[in-house]
Amino acid sequence: MKQLVNFTLNGETVSCEVDVRKSLLEMLREDFGMTGVKEGCGVGECGACSVIIDGQTVDSCIYLAVWIDGKQATTIEGVTHEDGTLDPIQASFIDAGAVQCGFCIPGMILSSKQLLAHNPSPTRGEIRRELSGNMCRCTGYQKIVDAVQLAAKRLDVEPHARAAIPFTIEK
Amino acid sequence: MYDMTGYHEAHSLTDVFKLMQADPTARLVAGGTDVLVKIRAAAPHYADTTLIGISRITALKGCTLEADGTFNIGALMTFDQIEHDSLIQTHLGLLSQAVSLVGGPQTRRMGTVGGNICNAGPAADSAPSLFTYNAQIEIQSESNVRQVPIAQFYVGPGRTILKPGEIVTKIKIAPEDYRGFVGHYTKFARRKALDIANLSCAALIKVSAEQRIEALRICFGAAGPVPLRMPQAEAYARHQPLNRAVLNTIGEYCLKDTQTISDWRNSKVFRDHLVTILPGRDISMALRGDEDEAIG
Repeated sequence: MKQLVNFTLNGETVSCEVDVRKSLLEMLREDFGMTGVKEGCGVGECGACSVIIDGQTVDSCIYLAVWIDGKQATTIEGVTHEDGTLDPIQASFIDAGAVQCGFCIPGMILSSKQLLAHNPSPTRGEIRRELSGNMCRCTGYQKIVDAVQLAAKRLDVEPHARAAIPFTIEK
Repeated sequence: MYDMTGYHEAHSLTDVFKLMQADPTARLVAGGTDVLVKIRAAAPHYADTTLIGISRITALKGCTLEADGTFNIGALMTFDQIEHDSLIQTHLGLLSQAVSLVGGPQTRRMGTVGGNICNAGPAADSAPSLFTYNAQIEIQSESNVRQVPIAQFYVGPGRTILKPGEIVTKIKIAPEDYRGFVGHYTKFARRKALDIANLSCAALIKVSAEQRIEALRICFGAAGPVPLRMPQAEAYARHQPLNRAVLNTIGEYCLKDTQTISDWRNSKVFRDHLVTILPGRDISMALRGDEDEAIG
């Protein structure tokens, strides 16, 4: 059983004939190649699959693909600028040393982006609460909180800043 | 992919009744934070069924305050909306605080209060406060609307009185059940987010001008097969002064009405200890904002 869904993905209007049994996570990865959306626990406990929908971070593993019809979705691919430059939040995660294995980071950055959109200068407690739906098994969270504070400072100074790519990946 | 046989989107209550009639085994899904997890786990009666999505039904959203002070909380209000709704914050502070402790932010944005009740988990975070507010559950079928006190809504773990063809539409709280009361909810869990309560306790209290307990309502989660009010402790507390000895006695009385068990989360001995401690802490927090500040 398939259903047509129309929605906005990272600013672009898209549509898809999707199997109604698919989660949003599966549709984004399999039908749109958005592999920055990670599957961790698959039951809404770890936040690796976080996606911003209509301004709110939700777990895409327990979100039916058909529910996205008529809505706006942002994945980590939509946070990076089209020319490949990084968003200040992404750059701050790198500069603060907040990334180890990296699996949780797309979700962490999306939750941080949403937090900073509503609260430009959050306290460490507010950062911890807003990121409490995203689990990291590497870092111990201190540097992730540091990264969000650093991003808040940078965005305060220059709201539309773009960071240069700090390294290149050899192909 | 989810192990389900089909999906239908309901845009109105009329749609819901029509779809439920066409497929009586179909299951309603709101935010999906319980239903989809249970399908993933292939729980009995969840996997291999058709889902009817209700999350786009406007009539079940939002919250209104009637002229006489009665609250109508739409079944589709999410935990996040309840936490931040200014009317609920002002008048039903205990409920707003309790649902702020559900899962994590992502769960609170999708999970709904109606779903939390219908899932009937013994540790559901919205339930103890709704029990202390004497909430009425409004249930609708194609031909009938009925209201049931929340204490009669639960039958057992995961089971409610809902019959096939029925849907919970709203939760009603009468003015006499919140005016003059203050409350606090403790979710006792191993971590602050993304966890389920080992034991939870909501206390709602009204204090007289003479600084005596005029009314006290206590409800525990995860202390029995369903959320449980504490009639014996509540009866004892009436007209008592507020001091440490009274709070301790209230805790002891609660053991008469709880039905704790040992499971993989905690032992009965530890839960019973918590049963005696948490009501006093909640009362102190509700009245003084500090659990360590002994009253009296």
